[in-house]
Amino acid sequence: MTLLDRKKAPAAAPPRPAGPTGVAAWFRDLGLGIRLAAGGGREGWIRTALTAVGVGLGVALLLTAASVPHLLEERSARDQARVESRVPGGPDAQAKKSDTSVLRINRETEYHGRSVSGYLMRADGTHPALPPGVARFPGADEMTVSPALKKLLDSPEGRLLKERVPYRITGTIADSGLVSPGDLLYYAGSDTLTSADGGHRIAAYGNPEGGKEMPPILIVLIIMICVVLLVPVAIFIATAVRFGGDRRDRRLAALRLVGTDIRMTRRIAAGEALFGAVLGLLIGGVLFLVGRGFVGRIEVWNVSVFPSDLVPSAALTALVAVSVPAAAVLVTLAAMRSVVIEPLGVVRGGRGRRRRFWWRLLMPVAGLVVLLLSDKVEPYATVNPYPIAGGAVLVLVGLALLLPWLVEACVNRLHGGPVPWQLATRRLQLSSSAASRAVSGITVAVAGAVALQMLFAAVGDEFNRLTGQDPSRAQFYTFSEKVDPEAATRTIQEFKATKGVTAVIGKVEVYVTRPGKYPEDAVQPTTSLIVGDCGTLRELARIGSCTDGDTFVVHPRNDKEMSDWVDQTARKGKEVEIDPGAGRKPMRWTLPADSRTVVARHDPLGEDSWGIMATTGAVDPSKLPGATTQTQIRVDESVEDVAEYVRNTAARIDPGMRVASLKSVARDEKYASVQRGLQVGATMTLLLIAAAMLVSQLEQLRERKRLLSVLVAFGTRRSTLAWSVLWQTAVPVLIGLVVAVAGGLGLGAALIAMLDKKVTDWWLFLPMTGAGAALILLVTLVSLPPLWRMMRPDGLRTE
Amino acid sequence: MIPAGSLLSADGLHKAYGRTPALDGASFSIHPGEVVAVMGPSGSGKSTLLHCLAGIVTPDRGTITYAGRELSAMSDAERSALRRSEFGFVFQFGQLVPELTCVENIALPIRLNGTKRKDAERTARHWLERLEVEDVGAKRPGEVSGGQGQRVAVARALAASPKVIFADEPTGALDSLNGERVMELLTEAARSANVAVVLVTHEARVAAYSDRDVTVRDGRTRDLEHTA
Amino acid sequence: MSIGHTLLGLLESGPRHGYDLKRAFDEKFGHDRPLHYGQVYSTMSRLLKNGLVEVDGVESGGGPERKRYAITEAGITDVGAWLAQPEKPEPYLQSTLYTKVVLALLTGRSAEALLDTQRTEHLRLMRILTDRKRKGDLADQLICDHALFHLEADLRWLELTAARLDRLAAEVGA
Repeated sequence: MTLLDRKKAPAAAPPRPAGPTGVAAWFRDLGLGIRLAAGGGREGWIRTALTAVGVGLGVALLLTAASVPHLLEERSARDQARVESRVPGGPDAQAKKSDTSVLRINRETEYHGRSVSGYLMRADGTHPALPPGVARFPGADEMTVSPALKKLLDSPEGRLLKERVPYRITGTIADSGLVSPGDLLYYAGSDTLTSADGGHRIAAYGNPEGGKEMPPILIVLIIMICVVLLVPVAIFIATAVRFGGDRRDRRLAALRLVGTDIRMTRRIAAGEALFGAVLGLLIGGVLFLVGRGFVGRIEVWNVSVFPSDLVPSAALTALVAVSVPAAAVLVTLAAMRSVVIEPLGVVRGGRGRRRRFWWRLLMPVAGLVVLLLSDKVEPYATVNPYPIAGGAVLVLVGLALLLPWLVEACVNRLHGGPVPWQLATRRLQLSSSAASRAVSGITVAVAGAVALQMLFAAVGDEFNRLTGQDPSRAQFYTFSEKVDPEAATRTIQEFKATKGVTAVIGKVEVYVTRPGKYPEDAVQPTTSLIVGDCGTLRELARIGSCTDGDTFVVHPRNDKEMSDWVDQTARKGKEVEIDPGAGRKPMRWTLPADSRTVVARHDPLGEDSWGIMATTGAVDPSKLPGATTQTQIRVDESVEDVAEYVRNTAARIDPGMRVASLKSVARDEKYASVQRGLQVGATMTLLLIAAAMLVSQLEQLRERKRLLSVLVAFGTRRSTLAWSVLWQTAVPVLIGLVVAVAGGLGLGAALIAMLDKKVTDWWLFLPMTGAGAALILLVTLVSLPPLWRMMRPDGLRTE
Repeated sequence: MIPAGSLLSADGLHKAYGRTPALDGASFSIHPGEVVAVMGPSGSGKSTLLHCLAGIVTPDRGTITYAGRELSAMSDAERSALRRSEFGFVFQFGQLVPELTCVENIALPIRLNGTKRKDAERTARHWLERLEVEDVGAKRPGEVSGGQGQRVAVARALAASPKVIFADEPTGALDSLNGERVMELLTEAARSANVAVVLVTHEARVAAYSDRDVTVRDGRTRDLEHTA
Repeated sequence: MSIGHTLLGLLESGPRHGYDLKRAFDEKFGHDRPLHYGQVYSTMSRLLKNGLVEVDGVESGGGPERKRYAITEAGITDVGAWLAQPEKPEPYLQSTLYTKVVLALLTGRSAEALLDTQRTEHLRLMRILTDRKRKGDLADQLICDHALFHLEADLRWLELTAARLDRLAAEVGA
């Protein structure tokens, strides 16, 4: 029924005539194992405790992972509850004015790299709709803030933000109105906000239809991340079950001496493992519950979580509860196959049994084949996640299986070298399996991370618009809908006066049409009229010489069709019409006949503007109805907090002004959060693996206490032994990293091919390999103090 | 009161582990090429005496002089260097590095002194031959018998051409035949190379290979030197 | 083993009758071989002749001779010299050594020094035998080994006795 029953008992073991058989024997032996694990003296307890803590850590992570679906659901639900309710008639439609309707403007801003959400709101009636978590509608110049924002504003760090959000705090937003405890959000009241200022009227909050469905590519990424993070956890648990295995084997040998047979010893070992695993489950549960309490106070890479959101799904919890002890028993039984426990000692069969290569290669290759054969993921089709997850798991687990063989094959070819190197390689040659087991966890984590990074880079243009913006010409862009006769000039002036600002390009833009009546099916020729000073116009088009009062017709580059379209409206010497909206009478303006025709150039935003351009001497921008003001701002980036000064100025000019910083790449928020999740997970996984490596390293040092003392007696330098410890960790980790990088690149390329994309960057593995190197150093450094301690002569005294 | 012509001597050594005194006024001296047995019941402090003499443990009080240098005045690094270049060690068990072959084990102290691997291993093979275990050179300690292993250990102690060999119950884990052969080989090689041997043992037949014996009882030495 | 020295040693603690001497000897040393009366009197007459004991007094009355013996100064010196001199290491020495240890304890001399001297003597012989063995042929080796093993057994006994001197002193004194 299991592995061990198929295994033939050696001829030496005489058949036992009496005693319980079958299930009863199983229970008796398991029980004995549990008793040994629980009452095996100090040694036994240390072993059980190590296993239990190791398994516990793994279980805590698994439970956290099992909470992710619920977490995402809850967060998304709260997020949807606070968006405005949709009004029929398209995305831009506004609600009707009523007693409950609210006029509001989004004042989202960025502060020290974190995004701060905020709304300026004005109630239309006496019973305005309240956003979730807000008890009272804020009065004018008052605001209700999230606890995290309150803390930030109260701290010295929030000084500049306070200028931008100058409202009096009169309340806090309850958790039900926040996605995460770290949310920076405020709702401020106003008694002056109008539609003309860009205000948007809403009737209620909450979007019952739920948010946008995740794009398939994101689903693929999330599946991959789960695999990448959970496989190492599984490997870690398997490693933890083996903690102290050598000692256990010696104890079992003593049991053999008093008459247990081989099957019984295996069952006893299984019982011990079971006890450790069950204890680990309990510890894991406690760790999870305790950690859950702290989680609300922790923020890593701008990710924070409400403890109440961390509820593992019942099915997944049950799966963890059953599979962890089962895996512990299976791993123990498998590990004991290579060991023969004789009454007088333990014989390791490990060396006689050569690791076979082919079946280890089979798995990753099969995984790649699955990935390559499965259908391409269409951008908006529903994804079948199973082949992706299956293929990725096969590749990653296959890599973990390939590693021990590879480590053995490589290490056996190493000889010679200085003494520390010789000590390390010889040690690895004699028993590389313990090292490769822990390292295989790293391999999976790094390979997965490399593949994911590649995938991120490749699918980047889905999420990362390559903006074409040129940050060397301007670093900020503002946009304001506030219609104010002096907006254009005042905006430019104020920005120019802001600390750290070196240059401002400001333009006022309005749409102009060719006057006349047009049939319904024809499009009225339209183009834009851009007003700015000569300096601004020079940034937008190749105008050559310019004096105030000049006007230009600007054609796009290399686009005859569009140039003709522009010319249909911008007829030199003829009038154009400017529609002020709201049913008012259109305004007319004549394009001077002496206007020159010039070609557009990329502005610092990376965009081309064309149409009619006029200097402020030719058109008074304050007379243009319905115009928008845009500025592009260049700053001296050496001025500290220059971005915050710019944003503060913007907020002062117009609370609804949008400020964007120009970067070559703009990141999609959802994509960014997925990547952050990967970073958090990979860090935790690597730390976990470092812990596993450390435990086996310390265990090994403890076993060699006497030998270390002898070497010290010989006059061996501490550095010699330290180096040998370093090499002993470094060699398998480096081999593991090579496998991981190769496998990760392969897996990444396969996944990218699945998505029908091209590999954009082959060098993304460098940071992960750096993390691997840091791990080697960490494990070595932490092993050094115990090593020094064990290098004392006490070990020479006969126990 | 250092006896004239002595290579290594100690006087008035005191050493306690916690509250338990291990040495309580022990003295010792050995001449070049001399084999001195340190005897005494278990727990009497003889191993501690050896550890102090070898500079592995620093005594709480007392002086240890090696070739005119005061051991307690040396730094840890200096004492390590001294042990590497001037001393050799044989212990009862668990002293060979299990993953190195026997030749590599013997070559280890020579290499620690900075000799090249090839040369060190050539010397190591020569000593394997001297100790009549030339056929175990390529084997690992786990694959050889206790007697062979102990000869490898003796070879290792002698290979770096030390001035003093410290042997702590070198035959403790061997049967009498193997033990005697190891003692014969050790003392012969030491005498012919003029190496002093500090031999800690509780066995009279092993001590009989010495030139002189010192008894330790309750941390105090009784040097009943007999003009043999 | 020297009965003369032993009887002398017993007299050191005070004058005794011949009958008492025999009883004390049997009790302390003659576990399996009680002393004959004849042996006592012949020994005592030899010691009298050598001036190591003297007659302290004679009790009247019937029965066998009831002479009381006392040790002389010469006798005490003789006992001391005997105890101080190590025995030639040879097989089956224990009874002599045991007697010497007990007498040393009885007479307030250092039993520990006695044992140490004996140990050194044993080791000296063992060194000689080991040396001979190393140089000799197989026959020599076997013969020497035989002797060595016996000497080793003696040495172990010496060590064990040394470790139990306190208890022995208490028992002898009782």
